[in-house]
Amino acid sequence: MKRGPSAFNIASVVAGLAFLHLPIVLLVVYSFNASRLVTVWGGFSTKWYGALLRDDQLLAAIWVTLRVGLISASLATVLGTLAAVALVRSGRFKGRLLFSGMIYAPLVMPEVILGLSLLLLFVAFGLPRGFWTVTVSHATVTLCYVTVVVQARLISFDKALEEAARDLGCTPLKAFFAVTLPNIAPAVAAAWMLAFTLSLDDLVIASFTSGPGATTLPMRIYSQVRLGVSPEINAVSTLLVGLVATGVIAAYLFQNRRRGRDA
Amino acid sequence: MKGRPRTGLAALAPFLWLGVFFLFPFLLVAKLSLSDTALAMPPYAPRVDWSAGWAGVRAFFAALDFETYARLTRDSLYIASYLSSLMFAAVATGILLVIGYPIAYGMSRFAASTRQALLMAVILPFWTSFLIRVYAWIAVLKPEGLLNTFLSQFGLPELNLLNTDTAVYIGLVYAYLPFMVLPLYAVLEKQDQSLLEAAADLGCTRTQAFWRVTFPLSLPGVGAGALLCFIPMVGEFVIPDLLGGSGTLMLGKTIWTEFFANRDWPAASAVAIAMLATLVIPIVLYQRQQTKMIEAGR
Repeated sequence: MKRGPSAFNIASVVAGLAFLHLPIVLLVVYSFNASRLVTVWGGFSTKWYGALLRDDQLLAAIWVTLRVGLISASLATVLGTLAAVALVRSGRFKGRLLFSGMIYAPLVMPEVILGLSLLLLFVAFGLPRGFWTVTVSHATVTLCYVTVVVQARLISFDKALEEAARDLGCTPLKAFFAVTLPNIAPAVAAAWMLAFTLSLDDLVIASFTSGPGATTLPMRIYSQVRLGVSPEINAVSTLLVGLVATGVIAAYLFQNRRRGRDA
Repeated sequence: MKGRPRTGLAALAPFLWLGVFFLFPFLLVAKLSLSDTALAMPPYAPRVDWSAGWAGVRAFFAALDFETYARLTRDSLYIASYLSSLMFAAVATGILLVIGYPIAYGMSRFAASTRQALLMAVILPFWTSFLIRVYAWIAVLKPEGLLNTFLSQFGLPELNLLNTDTAVYIGLVYAYLPFMVLPLYAVLEKQDQSLLEAAADLGCTRTQAFWRVTFPLSLPGVGAGALLCFIPMVGEFVIPDLLGGSGTLMLGKTIWTEFFANRDWPAASAVAIAMLATLVIPIVLYQRQQTKMIEAGR
């Protein structure tokens, strides 16, 4: 028997969710405000979205951000999945503690430290800062998130299937691609999504490791935010929120449908 | 039974990658914190003079010193911002526990199908851009913002919260709430309900059962949530920069200012090393705990 939620339970959940969502909802609503003032509702308008299309610097920043996100997320997914396989499948190996430390530390490490240390690396090797330095930095940080997500799935995956494939004559590589990878594919896809959104979102690491010509969208938003609230930022934020929300909900429904089919 | 599959080679690639791009850069930060500022590009000295061969390397090491650290301890601003960072992070973690626990607990009481939807609703803001979520609060908190418009409609006095420490606390709690709720929920959801029935049979009231059974069993979640929030909050930059005032002192902001505004790279590195030295223990605790949870799930 399980007690249902009490009035207090319901109240705390509702209040918590309201607190989490209300500021974003207000931001979305006011992006359609015809008035430039934040608190004066001047009627419904989409003019700020039109203004975005004419902002060349902003469009360039969006393009840079998308390319950084796509490349760094793909790189991170490959490396992070390999790391997850290594951590789950190889039991105790030399340097395991150091390895798992390198996976978990970046998850909580303050971003300013990560950004500063990566920048010093690029400076030490005399690499010009720009598109590739941001991409490599993002891949480094997000690969740890990928490892954690994929690892959780690998642990619940039955190792006997892989062993059966080996007994039937598969090489380890073939067993991985024919049996393991299809089974962990939803987690790998979710991990890619996570890496991609984290890259889209990052301001601090990009600010340290980027150079002229590689201004990302968060860097651009940040420089405008420092000047104050503006309806254009509300509009571009709304687009970003909408994009991410659609992606996350689609991924969730997709995974649920799969789960339903598997059961 | 065949021998253990050879994954050593696969492990090598991410291992090397993290070695080069994560571990090695910390040595550079440590080295730079021992250097001096210089009017050059990059703005620090000494640099290794490879053309001088062995003598150049020796001269380089001889020129390293703890002068930057000494300089930082002489300036009360750095000490103050170090202490105030820890204070902000500790207090915000406490507030997060107090408001996150009832939310996670409440969620775990709902039926399984509703729980899925609630979980989604908590995760969604986590995926939404951090910067945008902090930015959204500026419109709420600023003097002629939405909060004051709301208050004045009820004839209540206006609050000037933007660019105050209160705004920083609001921002920290808001941004990190999902990181607190999710680990708590993960533990609470799995809890065996028959334990509560047993406690009731043995004469516990609901409150007693909560404090004697539910809460002690949820301590791993409390620990995970607290570490997951505390560690990055110590170095938080965006929130104190956008919501805090000029008097708000936090290490993340200090590093940023030293680096970008003052171009004092050795000072920024020394502050980073000091912060790292403080966070090493919580980070190791976090790693231990995650590994333990994964071993338990095996």
